[in-house]
Amino acid sequence: MDDAARMDSSIHRLDPRTKIIGTLAFIVTVMSFDRYTVSALTPFVLYPLLLLAISRIPVEPILRKILIAAPFALLVGAFNPFFDRSPMLHIGSFAVSGGWISFTTIALRFFLTVAAALILIATTGMHRLCAGLERLGVPRAFVTQLLFLYRYLFVISGEGSRMVRSVQLRAGPSALPVRTYGTLVGTLLLRSFDRAERVHQAMIARGYDGSMRRLESQRFGWRDGMFVCGWILLFVAARRWNLAELLGNVLGRIAA
Amino acid sequence: MHMADALISPAVGGTLWAVSGGLILYCARKVRESAREILVPLMGVMGAFVFAAQMINVAIPGTGSSGHLAGGLMLAILLGPHAAFLVMASILTVQALFFADGGLLALGCNIFNLGFFGAFIAYPLVYRPIAGSSTSGAHTSVAALVAAIVALQLGALGVVVETVASGITDLRFSTFALLMQPIHLAIGVIEGIATAAVVAFVRRARPEIIVEAPVAAPRGSATLLYGGLILATLVVGGVLSWFASSHPDGLEWSIQQLTGQEELAAPEEGIHLRLATIQEKSAFLPDYSFKSAAESEPESETEVWPAVSAGTSVSGVVGGALTMIIAILIGMLFRRRTAGPPVKTG
Repeated sequence: MDDAARMDSSIHRLDPRTKIIGTLAFIVTVMSFDRYTVSALTPFVLYPLLLLAISRIPVEPILRKILIAAPFALLVGAFNPFFDRSPMLHIGSFAVSGGWISFTTIALRFFLTVAAALILIATTGMHRLCAGLERLGVPRAFVTQLLFLYRYLFVISGEGSRMVRSVQLRAGPSALPVRTYGTLVGTLLLRSFDRAERVHQAMIARGYDGSMRRLESQRFGWRDGMFVCGWILLFVAARRWNLAELLGNVLGRIAA
Repeated sequence: MHMADALISPAVGGTLWAVSGGLILYCARKVRESAREILVPLMGVMGAFVFAAQMINVAIPGTGSSGHLAGGLMLAILLGPHAAFLVMASILTVQALFFADGGLLALGCNIFNLGFFGAFIAYPLVYRPIAGSSTSGAHTSVAALVAAIVALQLGALGVVVETVASGITDLRFSTFALLMQPIHLAIGVIEGIATAAVVAFVRRARPEIIVEAPVAAPRGSATLLYGGLILATLVVGGVLSWFASSHPDGLEWSIQQLTGQEELAAPEEGIHLRLATIQEKSAFLPDYSFKSAAESEPESETEVWPAVSAGTSVSGVVGGALTMIIAILIGMLFRRRTAGPPVKTG
């Protein structure tokens, strides 16, 4: 994700606030449809696809993350076809039940919303995202917390996985008995504590006064305004009118 | 236990965003006031620690299964409830953004379910009274176990209430609750055992760390806490009842299952049609109606399935497929146009 965020494109260059607002507007609009709407949702595919295309971030890692996260949402939705059996749609003599339709919308909405969130972070990066959050009024204590968490996430995780590996080398690849577990995780905890103390001292030594300074300045320019206004207009239009059905109707009229 | 966006309605998601956002503001102020400067890096590193601890599995005595720490209660024990809530919120935000674990619209729900109950209910109202100020390890262990179970039961109940109130899944409240609560009883026991084990170790190795944590009895903030709880209950209850009126109750549903749709459909046709016309007249946009708003009207109680005629459905299917293809084509076009080696900047 960090590699993708370090790339450069017109999407990357947008103010982080712009992308945060756009992403939230997208997710809220997508989720505001009722559960039997499939066709009206299809125009929304344009948003993640277009952003992916323009930003040129690699698609596979994003797809992989979506697939990893998919089971839970799809599992809860998978009950719908069993509970909701009333036929809602006839294609020829084949009837589709309401449950299958609502399951389809759950799956579609899952892919759309998760893709939007992942694209936001992949085109923005944690630092710029946090700067944007702070400018949007998120408390500084929380933004600082996010930054610190992200910075030490991989450091401490690496330490943890090295400890696990060394235990596994000595005791085999099974879960740890409670006492050993307490000692191992407790040791990791103490190491984390010590690290925090050293980090704190280092910060004080460098003149930390509670605020994070950034070299990059943010400016909400005309491109940002266009991005936000354009997409929100499109979302509103796609929410109000079923664009896909209109297209289908027009096509039907031409064919007839 | 992380909820995805696909199961959350904007009303429920937005409400819990507001609640969790308010809690974050409140906790951020509390942490700033606490003037423990070390808290800034400590919170960040502890959040990272929770991530790491989730990779390490503990064997559950006597069962042969294993699980791992979720960490909310441990954070509260080590950092105090306000800092712990902020750390949990940050963990869930990073999980949602980087690992697609829990959605953005559902982030408020997830922060509330996993952060609030542990830091502001289980820790002050269960853990502290049981653990007391005694130095015995047994007290702390029992307290951790009970508090973890309480926190996870409440959190799981939160998931059920929020999911059902959103009305996107057809799972009914009782079914979903019967599915979730027992599973989270087991998870709560694991969480409790793991927390107790780690706390016991830290007590032996470095007792000053636990003593050092701010003793934040909820006395001063009790009114605010309970006020918030009542408010949350009212909001959730309101949303739930609004939903309940537009959903078939268990009886209606089982009748439908027993008799099959064909037989009951005929007598209902009259009401169904009449209601559909009423709705069409009263709806803001009849054809592409905002169903979430329309469904909440009491007169549409029996009008559960939106009337769909075959004609519009088929054009919807055709148009939908076409729109998708057009979107993909536009995407490919842009990809091609801007193609070339990606430019990396420092």
